[in-house]
Amino acid sequence: MRQHLIFIAAAIVCLSVLPLVAEATGQLALVGLTSRIMIYAIAAASLNFILGYGGMVSFGHAAFFGIGNYVVGILYFHHAEGVPLWGFIPGSNQLLITLPTAVLVAGFAALVIGSLALRTRGVQFIMITLAFAQMLYFFFVSLKTYGGEDGVIVRGANDLFALSLRDKTAMYYVILVVMVLFFAFLWRVVHSSFGTVLSGIRQNERRMTAMGISSYRYKLYGFVLAGMGAGLAGALMAVFMRFASPDTLHWTKSGELLIMVILGGVGTFFGPILGAAAFLILQTYLAAWTEHWQLAMGLILLGIVLGTKGGAKGLFDSIARKLRTEPR
Amino acid sequence: MNTILAIDDLVKRFAGLTATDHVSLNVATGHIHALIGPNGAGKSTLINLLCGELIPNEGRITLLGEDITACPAAERMKRGLARTFQITNLLNDFTVQQNISLAVQARQGNNFRILDTARGRVSILTEVDELLAASRLEPRRDVVAGNLSSGERKQLELMMALAGRPKLLLLDEPMAGLGRLESQQMIETLRGLRGKVSMLLIEHDMEAVYALADRISVLVYGRVILTGTADDIRASDEVRDAYLGLEDELC
Amino acid sequence: MTLILEQLLNGLLYGITLFLLAAGLTLIFGIMGLINLAHGSLYMVGAFVGAWVASQTGSFWLGLPAALAGAMLAGFAIELGVMRRLYARDHLDQVLATFALILIFNELTVLLFGREPMFVELPASIATPIELLPGLVYPPFRLLIIAAGLGVALGLYFLINRTRIGMLVRAGSTNRDMVRALGVDIRLLYTMIFGLGALLAGLAGFMTSPVLAVQVGMGEQILLATFVVVVIGGVGSIKGAFVAGILLGIVDTCLRAFLPGVLREIMAGPEADALGVGIASMGIYLMMGIVLLFRPQGLFQAGG
Repeated sequence: MRQHLIFIAAAIVCLSVLPLVAEATGQLALVGLTSRIMIYAIAAASLNFILGYGGMVSFGHAAFFGIGNYVVGILYFHHAEGVPLWGFIPGSNQLLITLPTAVLVAGFAALVIGSLALRTRGVQFIMITLAFAQMLYFFFVSLKTYGGEDGVIVRGANDLFALSLRDKTAMYYVILVVMVLFFAFLWRVVHSSFGTVLSGIRQNERRMTAMGISSYRYKLYGFVLAGMGAGLAGALMAVFMRFASPDTLHWTKSGELLIMVILGGVGTFFGPILGAAAFLILQTYLAAWTEHWQLAMGLILLGIVLGTKGGAKGLFDSIARKLRTEPR
Repeated sequence: MNTILAIDDLVKRFAGLTATDHVSLNVATGHIHALIGPNGAGKSTLINLLCGELIPNEGRITLLGEDITACPAAERMKRGLARTFQITNLLNDFTVQQNISLAVQARQGNNFRILDTARGRVSILTEVDELLAASRLEPRRDVVAGNLSSGERKQLELMMALAGRPKLLLLDEPMAGLGRLESQQMIETLRGLRGKVSMLLIEHDMEAVYALADRISVLVYGRVILTGTADDIRASDEVRDAYLGLEDELC
Repeated sequence: MTLILEQLLNGLLYGITLFLLAAGLTLIFGIMGLINLAHGSLYMVGAFVGAWVASQTGSFWLGLPAALAGAMLAGFAIELGVMRRLYARDHLDQVLATFALILIFNELTVLLFGREPMFVELPASIATPIELLPGLVYPPFRLLIIAAGLGVALGLYFLINRTRIGMLVRAGSTNRDMVRALGVDIRLLYTMIFGLGALLAGLAGFMTSPVLAVQVGMGEQILLATFVVVVIGGVGSIKGAFVAGILLGIVDTCLRAFLPGVLREIMAGPEADALGVGIASMGIYLMMGIVLLFRPQGLFQAGG
């Protein structure tokens, strides 16, 4: 545990000085990339919470990411236009208002979708989460007021009190703080009474029922919490990109989040950070190398799933085992 | 004598097959009531009906005077039912200690709390320590359940069921897959529970049944053909014809 | 009235396409327990190969066997190279591997055919609309598709209910282990079923190529609708795939055709159009939600 804490502290220090180093060495793109990694780490960790700890393979997690994204966009739109939404909800560009709103709206959406989707399991659950996310994608695309397929531009970003978050470095630190707080919160949840029950449901739902646990309610609660986490990440993304786009709800985004979770190792606490980093770095460099980067990404992904027993986690486990058994 | 579980005229049909055919059965409070019958007699179906994993087509199940026929499975457990599985069903990534903790935690409630720490719930830990201290699994407390022997798994099953402090325990073949010594130990353990909890015991091992049961019911082709004491069962021609004739090795 | 009839026929056409895809998907899941996201890619392969051969040879009809062969070969290649190793894995690995296949197929198609959509030229004999009823003119090609689709549905019905393979399929969708226990060469059966699914997907791709643009990404669009069909129809049920496919095809088409007009009665034109299209796009998903509320297992149980 102590080792853990030292490692975490060192990582936070490294991330804190990263913008200074980037500026000194002229690698300014690094700040943007790291910001995106941290945002996706939050989204992937929230997916990992239901997938790795709760055993729910959701293929529609981008829905909540996109809802968080749009809440910021829509609130900013009404703030900029000066016209309240539906005539009574005023817009806002204050991060301390937009972020919690995004989290709540995403949580509510997760409640509605989850309460239906969790009536099924296995392959139906995968298909249904995918389909509901796609439905929301079409919904947002059809909102011509908010740009339709083009999305909403958040020209002025958001403000944190008087601090404008148009400044990428300021936004970087906001993202860092939110991520640290989010992971601290997630740590509590995973080790709480609820987290323990959820883990039990993943391992053996029938047994948990036999102990008097109605798994549906617990799974739904977990699903809502995960939706809120993704909503948080989506909201940060809108502020960071100064843009809310229907692409954030597209089903390929759900696929990308799943890939991040797998790359980092399903059910490992810090795995999603590594997974998000691995995916985004890979994507960035492949895209710089060839316009057909998706082909390379597909081949790599296929290789990881097929070449290892049990996906990437199996890969890491087998490497770890090899390292351990190697003669010193 | 008080009845803890009353089964009235229970019917369960699967496409074309009546697995439970107008079964009526009463389990008296404090009794160990055994249910025997050849393979395919519908014993597992009956236990799944009692647990709520299956819903009957007709009939009524009454636990402690309350109708639970339409009650969801988890709710029945809260009302005093507990079960063990024929093929052990454990949380295989958790240790023995964690398995029992979660069973105690499930009974104690407060499980929607997300900002407490499960390991910080002292009342659970003390109870688990007490349960473990009184069991043969104490030396194995930190072993992951997936790595236990089949005998140990059966014991853990039973401990987890008991951790729910049930009034009525449904035991689905607790002796199945156990060696001779382990069977003897299991019989001892169950005998030690007599009077503390009522039991409905489904079992093939007739030695265990005769050693434990106050009453025995015989299930053949989904029907209860006889309920009585061990002597009644031994003396019944009907049982011999319908049941023992089918499985000579059980004589 | 004729407008409604025409849209009903269009809906039937879309429904047939959905059924052809859903039948393969639901069989593959029912028998092998495999969730195959790349099923839409096989549809795309069929469309591209068919369109390419048709344009190269100048003969539309030569495109048909090419499309079927192309999709089936692609299906065999996927089954032998990738799917075989996934049967015993959990759904998560299957989802990821087949997701990877989508990326690979899409980029390979871009490399081979470019990003521009391809259009298929129909022979005049089946392209010129004919008058079905007074006032109702309809292209015979579309009628041909509908007839072919219904023929395939009938053929599948016989295959499933009257043949030994069908018996295994029915048994396999309710009890996978039993089929293994029957001593059947499971590997061969799986490859054949997968090939059959690919063939149906390729047929659907070729049939719709003159109606829709043949382009990269066409597979995913229809894949999602196909998932909805499979879920509503009941996973593993061919009958369910047929009923739900036709139903959804008609509902979706009619919503798209008529909803904007209905909304225009109560609001301004452009907004009504946008909202109408939006709601129409969501229509089938809403239907899925409603069905799930009442029947979480779908309309039909597996094996039918």
